Amino acid sequence: MSKKIGVIVFPGSNCDHDAYHAMKHVMNAETKFLWHKDTDLSGIDLLIVPGGFSYGDYLRSGAIARFSPIMNAVQKYVKQGSPVLGICNGFQILLEANLLPGAMLHNEKLRFVCKNVHIRVESTRSPFTAGLKTGQVLNVPVSHGEGNYFIDDEGLKKLEDHDQIAFRYCNEQGEITEESNFNGSVSAIAGITNEAGNVLGMMPHPERAMEDILGSTDGIPFFQSMFNELEIA
Amino acid sequence: MYKAKVYITLRKSILDPKGKAAYQALQNLGLTEVKDVRIGKFIEINIDADSEEKAFELAETACTKLLANEVMEDFRIEIE
Repeated sequence: MSKKIGVIVFPGSNCDHDAYHAMKHVMNAETKFLWHKDTDLSGIDLLIVPGGFSYGDYLRSGAIARFSPIMNAVQKYVKQGSPVLGICNGFQILLEANLLPGAMLHNEKLRFVCKNVHIRVESTRSPFTAGLKTGQVLNVPVSHGEGNYFIDDEGLKKLEDHDQIAFRYCNEQGEITEESNFNGSVSAIAGITNEAGNVLGMMPHPERAMEDILGSTDGIPFFQSMFNELEIA
Repeated sequence: MYKAKVYITLRKSILDPKGKAAYQALQNLGLTEVKDVRIGKFIEINIDADSEEKAFELAETACTKLLANEVMEDFRIEIE
């Protein structure tokens, strides 16, 4: 039986179709949408929490989505060790749901930033990046106003000690500069995993870097590595 | 019926870019006596509770569970 990918749709998600298209039509994987009121994740082998503006970003990004009925199922799904990938607003939701540590502040310069950036693979510990190389640079778009990742010093040390930093913002050469860390994130963090390694949250959009016409295909090796590791056809 | 007034602010250690932008604008206005600006949220909650203590407890639960994110925010509650 082929493995199935689930993409959660919240009211206000707007990258759900991007993720669906990338999985179904580019990666040729069996993919289905899950409504935020669904409570059954059985048969889902990889869960994607997509980007967007769930519940209009009211209060804080992801704060209300966290109370959607499906999130109880997601908590259980994570506990049993199943893989969850949160992209952009999906990352924010996973933070608010305490499935990942830290929080998101407004971008340091207060602007919504929508452009292609470079990120560097910092860890190959989790199945999400196991097929990539540490130091490898990916060209992927970002599109967010609240992507300024914050965690206190103690939390940052924990992330480092457990090798939980998956991606950092960098320049084309893979160097971390003040300019490359465009949103002001602590330690230039672009993506982190949970301690168990089955949850990855990232602000950049690999699902929007899957076809030449979109300017980059660097999302393909990322998903391919994940698919190989999770044995998704 | 009690009214809880909730003030939510970014934790002191965190740079507040909105406050900084407002601070700069106030300097440009010539209000150079302004030394710092911090921008937060103000929330009013009407609570049906038996006592002021119970109303406070409920407001506190609302803050820790939803209204504030204690990773980056502090909150203060006043009950009227």
